[in-house]
Amino acid sequence: MDRLARAFFLTEIVKGFLLTLKYMFFVPKVTINYPYEKGPISPRFRGEHALRRYPNGEERCIACKLCEAICPALAITIEAEPREDGSRRTTKYDIDMTKCIYCGLCQEACPVDAIVEGPNFEFATETREELYYNKEKLLDNGDRWEAQIAANIVADAPYR
Amino acid sequence: MPKITINDMEIEVEAGTSILQAAEQLGIEIPRFCYHDKLSVPANCRMCLVEVEGGPPKPAASCAIACGDGMVVHTESEMVKKARKGVMEMLLINHPLDCPICDQGGECDLQDQAVSYGFDRSRYHEDKRTVSNKDLGPLIGTEMTRCINCTRCVRFAEEIAGTPVLGQFNRGEDSEIGTFIGEIVDTELSGNLVDICPVGALTSKPYAYSARSWELTKTETIDVHDSLGCNIRVDSRGREVMRILPRLNEDINEEWIDDRARFSCDGLAAGRIDRPYIRDEESGKLVEAEWSEAFVYIKKKLSGVKGDKIAALAGDLVDVEAMVAMKDLMNALGSPNMDCRTDSGVFNTDNRASYLFNSTIAGIDEADAILLVGVDPRHEATMINARIRKNWLEKKIPISLIGEAVDLTYPYEHMGTGPKDLEKLVKQYAGKVKAKKPMMIVGSGVFRRDDGMAIHALLHEAAEALGIVKKNWNGFNILHGAASRVGGLEVGFLPQKNGLNFSEIISGTKDGSIEALFLLGADEFNARVHIGWKTFVVYQGHHGDHAAERADVILPAAAYTEKDGLYVNTEGRPQLAKRAVTPPGDAKEDWAILRAMSEHICRKPLPYNSQLELRTRIQKEWPIFKKINEVAPAKWVKPSMKGRILKDSFILPVPNYYLNNPICRASKTMKTCTEAFTNQNDFQEAAE
Repeated sequence: MDRLARAFFLTEIVKGFLLTLKYMFFVPKVTINYPYEKGPISPRFRGEHALRRYPNGEERCIACKLCEAICPALAITIEAEPREDGSRRTTKYDIDMTKCIYCGLCQEACPVDAIVEGPNFEFATETREELYYNKEKLLDNGDRWEAQIAANIVADAPYR
Repeated sequence: MPKITINDMEIEVEAGTSILQAAEQLGIEIPRFCYHDKLSVPANCRMCLVEVEGGPPKPAASCAIACGDGMVVHTESEMVKKARKGVMEMLLINHPLDCPICDQGGECDLQDQAVSYGFDRSRYHEDKRTVSNKDLGPLIGTEMTRCINCTRCVRFAEEIAGTPVLGQFNRGEDSEIGTFIGEIVDTELSGNLVDICPVGALTSKPYAYSARSWELTKTETIDVHDSLGCNIRVDSRGREVMRILPRLNEDINEEWIDDRARFSCDGLAAGRIDRPYIRDEESGKLVEAEWSEAFVYIKKKLSGVKGDKIAALAGDLVDVEAMVAMKDLMNALGSPNMDCRTDSGVFNTDNRASYLFNSTIAGIDEADAILLVGVDPRHEATMINARIRKNWLEKKIPISLIGEAVDLTYPYEHMGTGPKDLEKLVKQYAGKVKAKKPMMIVGSGVFRRDDGMAIHALLHEAAEALGIVKKNWNGFNILHGAASRVGGLEVGFLPQKNGLNFSEIISGTKDGSIEALFLLGADEFNARVHIGWKTFVVYQGHHGDHAAERADVILPAAAYTEKDGLYVNTEGRPQLAKRAVTPPGDAKEDWAILRAMSEHICRKPLPYNSQLELRTRIQKEWPIFKKINEVAPAKWVKPSMKGRILKDSFILPVPNYYLNNPICRASKTMKTCTEAFTNQNDFQEAAE
């Protein structure tokens, strides 16, 4: 009987329309005009990788290979040898972004905050080859995103 | 024998056993840094503290306290745990937190024990001390700030290596390890300093920063740089051998290896032959070829050549399988001319006892007098020298040397230089030797002369006259110069009936009696100078060295880390080498190359299709190969050889320890060692 009455007075449809009308006029708009507008992301967001430098321009990475060891997808390949000044540096730092699962363990493992997953998520490419990142590309990323990466690390520091 | 209770477990141990050793026998782990079972006990790291009931009310250093009857020991009590944490904290006060850039990271005793026994955080906020690095030569890198002053290296250099150049200077907080002014660690055992250092203070310079312990594939195999067949572990990554470490074998190398075995591994990647080459007949230049082309070319060149005009020589690094395959191939071709003694040594090979290291290497520990004849064990077989030194250190046994006087790291009586002096010695001491187990070690250089046979006979007589060979003791020891040598002798890779030996083959190439010559990795002599220009030379080997310069056809083979192979060491102990990496390019195992070649140049191919079949054939004909790693004792046969003995002094076979074979000659590290350790004159001589 109840069901029959609700069907007869079209209450469900009216309720639906009311909801639509509410979102149309009374609730603030959530849709954004991507790519011109972007939504907020957490400081912990795990996006595209970057290799950072110290403020004096020296690369942070010391070739300890902990990121390579912990990477569950085996996406990182590192080769190292003593640099001319005797310091331990990588000669090769490759990340296969097609293998990477963006788990963030590499940046957790890094003792010097060299490898980080930055805030950038817009790095789609047209070919697979472009997703095989080398050291140059990663350092370049680091230079480009340093301000934001540094801010994110500061923002997340109290929780560590 | 005292009975001792450790953690409620009772054990009876030999008198003099320390608590730490007793605990080890029970399988109880006691952490330690300074204690090393092959070195003396200083008890200075205090990490091995345990609680002894009834003793003084403080923890005791278990490495330095001998077990007493009825002793009750606890290794896991609260007192012990607290003591360990305290010691750990103190060691870490001044230890830098640089594990990420330390080569020891991942295989560091301090790291492991800090996790197992230490606190999880630091209470120390003051400045840490720093120590300046020391120059220990081209092989050992230092980072002395990491040093925890366990003094293992000091004790190793003094006790095992016999070169006391390291020491501990200053006191208290300022104490540091260093060398005496201007000294570098000039010993053939220096690589072991890296192994015994429990932290990353002493590291391997050639291996610096190149790999991490966890990314290496470990293969347990044997070394071929000398005739001892030291047990090694090859650490490889991908197709590259990154480093070589010793493996414990009390019968051969204990837990050490010499620098040549350890540091020449970079030579495995350099100067390799990775595809077949044929020398162009007109231009005289080597041209790259396919395997089949090379075989067809060899077939063409061999057609019409009579069997007895073909010869084969096997070099220093060749495995037994290859020599057997080569021997079968030569037999199929109808040639009796083959020899594995490419150092031009001539000696009697009729019975095993006359060419083996009969007392075995472990037997050196039992010897109570040693006579060295024309040998420089320090450079010919470093591990033997270390054994002799160990024995000398323990028992101060008399050691005499006939031959060139060399620095052997222990004192000896120099009794002459040539066979005449040996004869004199025999006359003087015949029947008067009081030693119960006297031993004679003869170098391979002794036989590198025309009267080798006569010298061999003289040595036999001397051994009997001096009581070196008696019931239950055979101290007659030949120390061969190459890993392949005894293997070759065992399988009879020697002149067959009416066959020519090494020097006859070489002179045969000049007078035309040898028209085709197979060189199986034979790089020990300068082929370009010594082999006649008309002879057709096929070289099969892994490095572009002496022989490749002269060869008409080059066939690329696998080096010792790239193939499974049998080797027999100087004691007559067959051992298995395992493949650690794949050979480069087109290179193949030696036996497989010979098997493939036999399809072209013989009427019937060699009768085995796999290494297993070949090995079965070897075991059938030579039963000593049935028991790997075991020495089959050889029966002493009274010698019946005679000959005229020349007056010349004995010569030493190793002109330059660091450049002794093609792998070493291709190695950069070995070249820097040559420059650092041998003086310039020697180096020039070696280069010529």
